[in-house]
Amino acid sequence: MIATLGRFSLWLALAVAVYGAFASFLGARRGRPALIESGQGAVVSIFGLSSFAVLLMEAGLVGHDFSIEYVARNGSLDTPLFYTIIALWGALEGSILLWVWLLALMTLLTVIFERKRQRELIPYVTTVLLCIAAFFLFLVVFPASPFTTIFPAPADGRGPNPLLQNHPLMAVHPPGLYAGYVGWSIPYAFGMAALITGRLGEAWIRTVRRWSIASWGFLTVGIIVGGRWSYEVLGWGGYWAWDPVENASLLPWLTGTAFLHTIMIQERRKMLKFWNVALVIITFALTIFGTFLTRSGILSSVHAFSDSAVGPLFLAFIGVILFLSFSLLVYRSDRLQAEGDLDSLVSRESAFLVNNLLLLGFAFAVLLGTLFPLLSEAVRGVKVSVGEPFFNTVNVPIGLGLIFLMAVGPLIAWRHASVESLRRTFAGPLCLSTVGTGICWFLGVRGLYPLLAFGLSLLTAITVFQEFARGAMVRRRNTGEGYLTALSKLTSRGRRRYGGLIVHLGVAFIVIGITASSIFKLEQEVTLKPGESLQLGRYQVRFDELSAWQEPHRFVVQGNFTIFNSNQKVAEMRPAKRFYPAEQQPIGTVDVRSTMREDLYLVLSSFAKDGTSATVKALVRPLMMWIWVGGWVMVLGSLIAIWPDRRRAVAADVVEEYVAWQPGRS
Amino acid sequence: MTKKTKLLLGGGLIVAALAYLINSGIREAAVYYMTPSELKAKGDAVSDRSLRVGGMVVPGSLHWEPQTLKLTFRLTDGKEEVAVEHTGSPPDLFKEGAGAVVEGRCVSGGTFQSSMIMAKHSEEYKSPEKGGASAEHIHQTLVQPQRTQ
Repeated sequence: MIATLGRFSLWLALAVAVYGAFASFLGARRGRPALIESGQGAVVSIFGLSSFAVLLMEAGLVGHDFSIEYVARNGSLDTPLFYTIIALWGALEGSILLWVWLLALMTLLTVIFERKRQRELIPYVTTVLLCIAAFFLFLVVFPASPFTTIFPAPADGRGPNPLLQNHPLMAVHPPGLYAGYVGWSIPYAFGMAALITGRLGEAWIRTVRRWSIASWGFLTVGIIVGGRWSYEVLGWGGYWAWDPVENASLLPWLTGTAFLHTIMIQERRKMLKFWNVALVIITFALTIFGTFLTRSGILSSVHAFSDSAVGPLFLAFIGVILFLSFSLLVYRSDRLQAEGDLDSLVSRESAFLVNNLLLLGFAFAVLLGTLFPLLSEAVRGVKVSVGEPFFNTVNVPIGLGLIFLMAVGPLIAWRHASVESLRRTFAGPLCLSTVGTGICWFLGVRGLYPLLAFGLSLLTAITVFQEFARGAMVRRRNTGEGYLTALSKLTSRGRRRYGGLIVHLGVAFIVIGITASSIFKLEQEVTLKPGESLQLGRYQVRFDELSAWQEPHRFVVQGNFTIFNSNQKVAEMRPAKRFYPAEQQPIGTVDVRSTMREDLYLVLSSFAKDGTSATVKALVRPLMMWIWVGGWVMVLGSLIAIWPDRRRAVAADVVEEYVAWQPGRS
Repeated sequence: MTKKTKLLLGGGLIVAALAYLINSGIREAAVYYMTPSELKAKGDAVSDRSLRVGGMVVPGSLHWEPQTLKLTFRLTDGKEEVAVEHTGSPPDLFKEGAGAVVEGRCVSGGTFQSSMIMAKHSEEYKSPEKGGASAEHIHQTLVQPQRTQ
């Protein structure tokens, strides 16, 4: 019943998507408002149908309907409810269903919010988004149907992959990434609509600004939470392995970051029009490429899920997107001439240009490193891979250059910066960060790269604080407001600028966390008998005993450790191994004790079955928590940057827009 | 020099620096993939190179000494076997009869000194053991689902 209804609603959604794409396009071409509205009605219907399909899938999972193959593979009677619900994105079919739903939701929001403001563009935007939706609906209807049934239905399912039911962050990591991936379809669709209509002014750029920042923010959340999941679940003490699938999520983030910066140049100076459209096309194509890498299994990775028939389809889809988009771009290139010109090499514009070059270089290096095994096999016939050393050699210097630009770029004047203004702005921060770098040296930081990483991050943080402090002072002097009022009013009057600065501050925190936790990392692995201890940094880790018990869906063996810091007991830690019935090998569960100063990380690597010894791996990673704190600061900055302006929200046309909106009719 | 020349020159310098970085990165970090047979055939010619060798862990060859953390096993591709030494505990999912990839170098005597072991993870993992035959049945059903319409 559920399966039949689910299949039916997805079929119907596919048909409606194809119809809507044609209707919108023809309506706009021939000037037929009725067809355009019908296309918008299709958007509403697809959202309804895909929501229904998602609810059906959840009903199947929660109701343990094992006649649905997906439920039998990813659910089981013993799996806790929380992990049963999030099993929706535990495997290929369900995650594409989630993708479809997110795309339908975002398309609907786009139509609702931009329908009145972008009357000329919106039919084409709808067409492009419905075409993308049709592709993903095709996948869930044919090769990757989540509602395939099995007969006879098994009595119990296998349950989700243990790695996916070991940590609550699994509820955030995939949906965050998907929302980020899917979100980039909207700026892309506006870019395409602008190319099709030839309305290549700054209007589309202004419209996509907020959508781009939001998608970028979601991608950021997905990446950071993914790193945290890897750190807390995979038990290797790291958070980023330059794994192909991780790289795939980083690629659109890098090009998207470039896009967010250059659209500012276009808005201000009417330059880089061609480049911006190209960037949005590349970013969108990379989001699809990311899904392709995750799901095709052409590169081995921790995420390398099963081989499936969807791989070649994704590749074909990327080919079609790139071909059509770039043909259109070249066709319209005469309308994409810059109206402004670069006035000086020492200006905000040129800082942004260099930033773009570096971000694209970074992305290119990541792409090359990821695809290197395939490329070398195709070209030279030998399988050669480049691992972490490659990415570090290439990307650390580029990253340092980017942090430098992050510190100085936002403070350099547009058009032309005078020597006097540079001195006024940077003299203080430069002195302070030099002193800070000196302190780092005294604390034992050696080597050019680590010192630069600390120094430049400090410079960034100091310039951000200086910018806030100066703005608030000026405001306070002019209006007589208190310090805090002045600060908050300042931020809300220039949300985009100050939000952006807060994002930069978050990046500085992350860089400090990454650098300190790598260069001062301590690691030790030993086998201990009960009562024996190991010494690592300030900590003494004593192994007390092993304990073991049966839980409904797994068997747990836990090591009990007591942690002393100069003979003071500071904590008890319990790393464990969990044995899932569906898996022949255990899954380790890490125990981490995090403080702002450092993390102590324990892994129970192995144990004697009679409980007489346990092998434990212990790590100390200083300032690790700053990586996660920096991530949340970045999210906060993005939220400030996209927060709607109150003045605009009550503007008459927008109110009218809400009142007049009646799905399918108005 | 005009502004445009300066700009192009600056951009060119950055691109050249990137190209240099990428080139030296590849030289430093290249790791060659080999099967145990290829490794045997190449012999000492590859002793100074970083290698990745993939194969199946030979049943009965796995030994682990908890006190010294010394792990030894043999990898096979069905034709040749390579003896591997590693320091550290065996990773989860690593076991006899399962696939694994090791990264490291060949040392004297044809032994492979591994610095990293990658056990094969997969979303589509093995059949459940719970419930014996019926579980096996589920697996069979899942491998070749009978599609009903």
